Amino acid sequence: MKVTPAVNTFVGRPVERVEDLRYLRGKGQYLDDLQKEGQWCGAVLRSSVAHGRLVNIDTKAALDIPGVHAVITAADLPSVIPTIPFRRPNPTIAPYAQPVIAVDKVRYVGEPIAFVLADSAEIAEDALQFISVEIDTLDPIVDWRASENGATLLFDSTQTNIASVFEARSGDAAEAFRAAPYVRRERFSVQRHTAMPMETRGLLAEWDEATSHLTVWGAAKLPFFNRRAMAGMMGLQETAVDYLELDVGGGFGARGEFYPEDFLVAFSAKHFKRPVKWVEDRREHFLAIAHAREMEAELEIACDLDGSILGMRGTINVDIGAYVRPNGMTPVRNVTQFIAGPYRIANLAFDGRALVSNKTPAGTYRGPGRFEGCFFCERMIDLAAKDLNLDGVDMRRRNLLTQADMPYALATVSPNDGFAETACDSGDYRTTFDQCLNEFGWQEKSPLNGQCIDGLYHGIAIGNFIEGGAAGPRESAKIELERDGSVSVYVGSSGVGQGVETIMSQIAADALEISLDRIRLFHGSTSNLKEGFGSYGSRGTVMGGSAVLVAAKEFLAAFQDAAAERLRVPSDQVTVEGGVARTRDGRSVPLIEIAALELISREATYHGSKQTYTFGAAAVHVSVDPKTGRVNILDYVTVDDVGRVINPLTLHGQVVGAAVQGFGGVFSEHLQYDSSGQLLVGSLADYMIPISTDYPHIRAISLEQYPSPNNPLGAKGAGEGGIIPVGGVVVNAIASALRSFGVEPRSLPLTPPHIWQLIQETKS
Amino acid sequence: MNITLSINGARIEVDVPPRMTLCDALRQKLQLTGTHIGCEHGVCGACTIIVNGRAVRSCLMLAVQASGATITTVEGLAHGDDLSPLQAAFRRHHALQCGFCTPGMLTTLHALLTEEPYASEERIRDVITGNLCRCTGYIPIVEAALDAREAYQRSRESAPL
Ligand code: FES
Ligand code: FES
Repeated sequence: MKVTPAVNTFVGRPVERVEDLRYLRGKGQYLDDLQKEGQWCGAVLRSSVAHGRLVNIDTKAALDIPGVHAVITAADLPSVIPTIPFRRPNPTIAPYAQPVIAVDKVRYVGEPIAFVLADSAEIAEDALQFISVEIDTLDPIVDWRASENGATLLFDSTQTNIASVFEARSGDAAEAFRAAPYVRRERFSVQRHTAMPMETRGLLAEWDEATSHLTVWGAAKLPFFNRRAMAGMMGLQETAVDYLELDVGGGFGARGEFYPEDFLVAFSAKHFKRPVKWVEDRREHFLAIAHAREMEAELEIACDLDGSILGMRGTINVDIGAYVRPNGMTPVRNVTQFIAGPYRIANLAFDGRALVSNKTPAGTYRGPGRFEGCFFCERMIDLAAKDLNLDGVDMRRRNLLTQADMPYALATVSPNDGFAETACDSGDYRTTFDQCLNEFGWQEKSPLNGQCIDGLYHGIAIGNFIEGGAAGPRESAKIELERDGSVSVYVGSSGVGQGVETIMSQIAADALEISLDRIRLFHGSTSNLKEGFGSYGSRGTVMGGSAVLVAAKEFLAAFQDAAAERLRVPSDQVTVEGGVARTRDGRSVPLIEIAALELISREATYHGSKQTYTFGAAAVHVSVDPKTGRVNILDYVTVDDVGRVINPLTLHGQVVGAAVQGFGGVFSEHLQYDSSGQLLVGSLADYMIPISTDYPHIRAISLEQYPSPNNPLGAKGAGEGGIIPVGGVVVNAIASALRSFGVEPRSLPLTPPHIWQLIQETKS
Repeated sequence: MNITLSINGARIEVDVPPRMTLCDALRQKLQLTGTHIGCEHGVCGACTIIVNGRAVRSCLMLAVQASGATITTVEGLAHGDDLSPLQAAFRRHHALQCGFCTPGMLTTLHALLTEEPYASEERIRDVITGNLCRCTGYIPIVEAALDAREAYQRSRESAPL
């Protein structure tokens, strides 16, 4: 018999993933792998016009096609077309909500106008071209300045195209700027790009008339919120809807929010009493998935001559596309709240403005608002250091937060969408900074800065970041003893490819003191638990893991009681260790024995609304070819402190993968629109995510020197930190490399032509 | 149209519409859903399978073109209950996160290492430029492939061509 050690140590070990066994054999179960008997397949007719009034939709010819069963338009829905609910409502955004299907007006290319249902996806797609749509075009708005101007309004019921303004304040910025010996003003921008998971989105819904129950497969990220949203829009009880999670081919913040198709698929399933399946194709994905990151910042920094940063202020204009989506305000709030990042800057005043335009609505993408904010802040610091003739390394260290500053309150944000106040929780941010300098070999590489070697200009840079995690307010877990002595663990956290099964099993095995192979993990579906939340904002591990700890405690207490009863002693005379209950006089009963007699099941909720802050630094060495504008990443090192490492293997994977995504955002990924509001990219051949030869030199080190005081695991979020610093450090390194030309890039993406252009401009 | 082909060692006869792609036929007609579709325009490589020893994008091939072919899909890579050396190396190196690109990566690398068991790191990187992965950043995939080479070298020696 296998002896289980009294105290397990699965947490912290590079445990190979449980989920890999099915993925590697081709036995994963992704949405498109699922078929239901008698299912109809859907295809969405999308607007080809960016802005216009819908005059007429004629579906007759499409309906005549053999195999086509129905075409749904706004006219077929209830007279009040439901709009997609907000996850974080605020006082001004209500008029900007998206109807589940276009009514009266279309506001972006790709907006759903009709939904065709047919025997197969091929027939449904063929039928799309037989629907004729008449649209009176209106002037399209394709940038934030035209939106601000307001000559054309997207929403007739409003007076402005500014859906919301978030104000972040700390100290007295006006006074700090008045008194400061040094002030600089700059403008920076980041281009529209997006998550681009390798699996496109998809949903399958089934209505069971007998039990009046709706089941939706294809859940990700937020199953419980989406269930509530769906129930509300369909006029059903929440318990009459389940969102079930299958394997998910990548999320990165974009998948799993409530999209228009969620409603169209579910409505059709209920209306026609048929399973209905819809799978997005890649071209459609470009138009339909939430876009992200498009913003321009006008910023000012105020410093003392010794490099102490006295204040920062400014306005960030965010182009959020045509509607406010469920999480569309998150990047806007984040960028205003987190620009100052890991630095001690007492006086802050930022306005983040969300402006609508005739483009695909925006949402979150890994490190939302934080990637952008870090880029702005790190650029600003380097420019200031140059002006003040200071060393950028010294200037950063001078302003980094230390343990003495903790907890350190970040700027307060209004309107309050639930995250108005937050504070960095623990850590001396100089530790990761210094270790990063060492690992990178800053001393040795410094002489290369600005040097031209074999025609290539070399540059290095280092920057710092924080990653907020553990979004509250709570998460649930349930632990159940099975007849065979195994234990089933149910968590609200969802899986989007990050290894939640393995990570949660490690935590549960340690907490229950049983071996890993006795645990079966279930996650991400609303049928598992009464309530739950999901995985977003780097919360999956911290919140779900903490919930598992709380449930494990209750489960073990119940085991103790059951064992005591069986051993006929009072409960407090029994101790539980390693899955065995013992009396003082040496009698014992193992968990397996109890399993045969009674079912122990405990569901518990972990409450925690204080966020955690992972912190870290990244350094990069680049070379730039001035003749082509091409940049090579010769070395990239990141060091972060995540509080507590659950699985070093998966953590390392998260950091490196995120960094490479970040490079894509810096150099090549761009959702470009023309002046009529047409998206100019539509395939993976013209939207260039990184390929295997692009960024092979990445090193990532994770520390656990400063556990979070805010949760029982001591863990902090870890899914996003890898991407946050990339823009800031890479652009600073390029500026360093090209300093003899005086090139100071201020906008992304830094494609080779863009860099080449910057060099030419300084030459002339 | 009726076609006959060999898939993962089994002789299979299947009736497919002329316009059906090979990946759709595998997934819909034969329930071999391990082969994934990420783009349907030949860029992502998720649909890669091995046709007559060569890594091929099954979204760019019609099912009828595969008549008479010998095909290996991701489902045919494992040795019974055991992972193949390449699969095991993927697991050890954490060369997969969401697993969506994985079938295409495995088939591409299996075809490569079968032909070139001594492939260099550079060669491996170069060959998988046609397979997109959004999760891993590729580094662990290359490490896994390098690690798996030895097993391919051994099987080459024990069964010379
Ligand atoms: S699906 Fe075939 S290459 Fe992308
Ligand atoms: S593991 Fe997710 S795309 Fe490669």
